[in-house]
Amino acid sequence: MGYKISTEKMDEILKGLSGQYKVYGPKWDRPHKNVRFAELKSVREIVMDRQSNFSIKEVFYPISQVMFYFKGEDVEPSEVADDRDLLIFARACDINSIQRLDKIFLDNGENNNDYFYARMRKKVKFALIECGGFENCFCVSTGSNATDDYAFAVKIADDIFVEVKDDAFAGLFSGCEAVDYQPEFVKENAKKVHVPEIKKENLKTVSELEYWKKFDDKCIGCGGCNTVCGTCSCFDTVDVVYTEGSSDGERKRVWSSCMLDSFTETAGGAKSRATHGANMRFKVFHKFYDFKSRFGTDWNMCVGCGRCEMRCPQEISFIDTVNELAEECKNI
Amino acid sequence: MTEQEKFENMIDKMKPEPHRILEVVRQTAAESTFRVAYDGETFDGQFFMLSIPKVGEAPISVSGKGDGFVEFTIRKVGRLTEGVFGLQQGSTLFMRGPYGNPWPVKDFENKPLVVICGGTGMAPVKTLLEHFYNHPEIANEVYLIAGFRDADCALFNEERARFAEKFHTIYTLDTGATEGFEGGLVTEHIRKIPFAELGDYNVVIVGPPVMMRFAGEECVKCKVPAEKIWVSFERKMSCAIGKCGHCKINETYVCLEGPVFNYTIASKMFD
Repeated sequence: MGYKISTEKMDEILKGLSGQYKVYGPKWDRPHKNVRFAELKSVREIVMDRQSNFSIKEVFYPISQVMFYFKGEDVEPSEVADDRDLLIFARACDINSIQRLDKIFLDNGENNNDYFYARMRKKVKFALIECGGFENCFCVSTGSNATDDYAFAVKIADDIFVEVKDDAFAGLFSGCEAVDYQPEFVKENAKKVHVPEIKKENLKTVSELEYWKKFDDKCIGCGGCNTVCGTCSCFDTVDVVYTEGSSDGERKRVWSSCMLDSFTETAGGAKSRATHGANMRFKVFHKFYDFKSRFGTDWNMCVGCGRCEMRCPQEISFIDTVNELAEECKNI
Repeated sequence: MTEQEKFENMIDKMKPEPHRILEVVRQTAAESTFRVAYDGETFDGQFFMLSIPKVGEAPISVSGKGDGFVEFTIRKVGRLTEGVFGLQQGSTLFMRGPYGNPWPVKDFENKPLVVICGGTGMAPVKTLLEHFYNHPEIANEVYLIAGFRDADCALFNEERARFAEKFHTIYTLDTGATEGFEGGLVTEHIRKIPFAELGDYNVVIVGPPVMMRFAGEECVKCKVPAEKIWVSFERKMSCAIGKCGHCKINETYVCLEGPVFNYTIASKMFD
């Protein structure tokens, strides 16, 4: 079922939803000169002419999150201040990135789901933003250009077109002009990625390619690529004390990055991976081999959103990196 | 399980709980054993996440256990362990766990066992050794090669003296022979084990990564089949439940599938 509605009507609907949902979407964060997912008041706040700098994950898996409060010997898990559910306007790549995060946080190992992720994830519903693709994305190459995981879909043009899938939202649009609308998905991106033929049999050979060494100097290990990635889930824990000498404090978790020099460093300074080339190899393998092999999915971890491509201060193109590796693999 | 029970179960896996330190026994200048009150069950080779609020959290192997306690033998080397060394008898240590797959102890029973360990690598095998020391009825021949840098770094003097009564022991120091110790790296002593005469046996190797690599290679040279060799990995971990990503090697999470691995798997894992 499809509808054509005005901006005013859509905003009225969002306002009506605000009692039950916190509504998020990619919008300008002016102080930071970034487009990030934040609470929406109007559907027109959704930035349509460019990809957001940060991915969707920060809506419910924030950069820094208190896990536990310590007060003497008492340990209390943090609470969720707002008991509303979350409705997130997002493009197909971002919705698909959550499918990847779900694997790590809710399906990695038996009976040990992540409490802090699970309690937020169960609140999430998606509103699909129809997307025509941007300069740096390659979602078709990664097969993450389409999704059917949404409550309703919107095409934001002069008018707004809506397809409602979740019956819970159908009533909101009753009385609106019925039209034939189905969201379209990106069919071809300007950029294409050729998935390298990494297999169990050649894993070691591919990891030992001279190819990786070029990143030893070129990459500076800033971790920016992981920070903007919608499928990177790694974190560190950090303890904070409120006042010196006090026994009260908190344990947070903060996004981490496999590109940081310290990622594998244990007490005493030993590192399992000691070069940026080794870190790059680890990241690319995870995105295009390890994850898919571990979870037996049809899809790789990378969703082709292209944010890492935009973020790298050293202008290391992830697209070129993966494509060059695909070529190298052919020559093995 | 109701949804609430599922969520409570999730918190239990992640939440550190306070435990009383019952005793602190100094091992060397840099290492001590902390005996901590604990009533639950642990299996040989498992680890706990130990923490001190305001300081941090790290995975530490169980080095001893008994009625109402577990022990951790800790080297003062990082932020958390320095914090732990500031604690004493009666202090509170926070823990969660145990985590990880243990040694396949049942498979080791009634068969010869060769244990090769270096430095603090003796901690994760000590409860395994105690198991066979205390249960001679299920023990076969036990060979123990334990190496340390020098005599001042040698751990578990009392335990090693006891083990020498029942096991075939080689204690060795990197810096050379001295009273009670032979000289040289553990790898130099592996060929002394009469593997060909042992029949159906198992080999356990734990120590620093370089030592484990060379000890594994030396065992293979001695014609030990890979499936008879077991190792335990030590990695950085922030969660111990397969989420934080730090311990991942290839498609394997050491906290979930390890820390104990058969060598057929471990020898193919690489960073």
